[in-house]
Amino acid sequence: MTRFLFKRLLQLFITLIGISILSWIIITQAPGSPIALTMDPKVSPKIIEQMEKNYDLDKPIYQQYFLWLKKLFTGKLYSFKDGRPVLEKIGERIWNTLLLNLVATLIIFSLAIPLGVFSARRPYSFLDNLGTFGAYLGLSIPGFWLAYLVILATVKLFGYPVLGLRSFVIEGLSPPEIVLDRIWHLMLPASIMAIHGIAGLSRYTRSSMLEVIRQDYIRTAKSKGLPEEVVYYKHALRNALLPIITLFGFLIPGLIGGSIIMESVFAWPGIGRLAYQAVLARDYPVVMTILTISAVLTLIGNFIADLLYGVADPRIRYQ
Amino acid sequence: MKGSGTISQFKLIWKYFKRNRLALGGLTIIIAIFFVAGTAPLLAPYDPGKTEVSLKLKPPSLKHFLGTDQLGRDVFSRMLYGSRISLSVGFVAVGISIFIGILVGAIAGYYGRWVDSLLMRLVDVMFCFPTFFLILTVVALLGPSIFNIMVVIGLTSWMGTARFVRAEFLSLRERDFVQAARALGVNDRRIIFRHILPNALAPVFVTATLDVATAILVEAGLSFLGFGVQPPAPSWGNILTEGRTYIFDAWWLTVFPGLAILLTVLSFNLVGEGLRDSLDPRLRGRR
Repeated sequence: MTRFLFKRLLQLFITLIGISILSWIIITQAPGSPIALTMDPKVSPKIIEQMEKNYDLDKPIYQQYFLWLKKLFTGKLYSFKDGRPVLEKIGERIWNTLLLNLVATLIIFSLAIPLGVFSARRPYSFLDNLGTFGAYLGLSIPGFWLAYLVILATVKLFGYPVLGLRSFVIEGLSPPEIVLDRIWHLMLPASIMAIHGIAGLSRYTRSSMLEVIRQDYIRTAKSKGLPEEVVYYKHALRNALLPIITLFGFLIPGLIGGSIIMESVFAWPGIGRLAYQAVLARDYPVVMTILTISAVLTLIGNFIADLLYGVADPRIRYQ
Repeated sequence: MKGSGTISQFKLIWKYFKRNRLALGGLTIIIAIFFVAGTAPLLAPYDPGKTEVSLKLKPPSLKHFLGTDQLGRDVFSRMLYGSRISLSVGFVAVGISIFIGILVGAIAGYYGRWVDSLLMRLVDVMFCFPTFFLILTVVALLGPSIFNIMVVIGLTSWMGTARFVRAEFLSLRERDFVQAARALGVNDRRIIFRHILPNALAPVFVTATLDVATAILVEAGLSFLGFGVQPPAPSWGNILTEGRTYIFDAWWLTVFPGLAILLTVLSFNLVGEGLRDSLDPRLRGRR
């Protein structure tokens, strides 16, 4: 286990350096990067001054990289738009995004796994084929398009606002009504964000279950007279879900990508919308900090998933 | 299985593929969309760029099958031309990503050791970035042209292919036929591209088909955020995006382009999965 841990930690460290170098190259060296703007006479001297402050343009290139890295992690990068520390702006909004993603993830897991098991119990039946087709539909539908259709339908049918964290007019509502209002505003974007994940994970669970239920120990469990429910949900599902631990790390980049579009559609004040507004305003310190932070979070998520997998399945540790 | 020649292997794959009705349906739709894209100037009843303000925001009718947009342009004609953009973004982007993926995967898998470690760390690094956000950022930096969009999607989506190809190479390079080629003094480049690669291509076709679907969705998403193919050139993504301002008055501007995207992406996904099933001997014959 120590060797396994050491090897993974070394990989983690190398990948971390790689992420920071790539992020830095995109922002400073790529064609069209903000550095090129400093040569543009139309750009105001104030922005150029900020750019020099953020990226230490007077220093040699390798020093620029290390100084940028230091500023990134000590919160000394400032937004081009309002001059506020980038980490502060992110900190204000991160909880909204985490809440939305947490609810979406809960929806994914609580629906996808039972659906997958349901399909695996009757493979190639009508209902399973329907599920397969539904899953492809869910994987193929553009999220923002579906969101617009849903908004169109709910506003026309119920006439109730759906955008933002809560409705604008909340005076005169009792506390339980305010809570319900918040939940309504949360569930709609979270459900649409979850569709992709439900489609993917239910198919994954299904094929994983189909592999497992052909094994000898399942036949043993069945032949000793255990109820089918117990065999499927207790004996088979445990082994079928083992590889899902590794998917956990990959959830983060997908959710952040999805957050950008969904938060923009639903005017949800989170990181995704902040990122998009920053892209529109060419506020590069904010854009790159969010990009780098999400890459680092993904890496850490993968690392934890790896360790958990090593703990859950001893075969992995000894490879 | 591989020894019997490429022709018979194609036949074998086709034999299993055509049993999958969903995948066959997808293939039919893809062929139809290709036909539409190729003959758009002949099929389109109107010039897709011609504005006619007196006809703005007219609902679908016999004269304008899918209605008209805010400038009085015929939506049906614009959609026909839009298929060209979606297909070319999908195919060119995937062409680039497959090329890079094969190159990186082949080199990593064939040479192994530190070359492999280095390239696989690069794959790890790329996998950590949220792809859609990375694409959005770089397209915003470079400026949203169809060329930039294709290249950026291609440059950010080769990692899956690289991992597949590497895994195939790792096992294939130990086989006797590769050892024999090496013993005969065939150079590395020839061994990689002529001897090993043809045997490692099957899973690449599967990922490529599925990646076309993803690339079309990414272009639509970029369009939605205003960084897709720019108007007045008609793409499904930007017809939808321009139409969303009028969503309560002109539903057809939102519904039809979205359906076109959905149908195309769905078809590529169905074909990709059908291909995967017919290439996997364990899944054959189940249907």
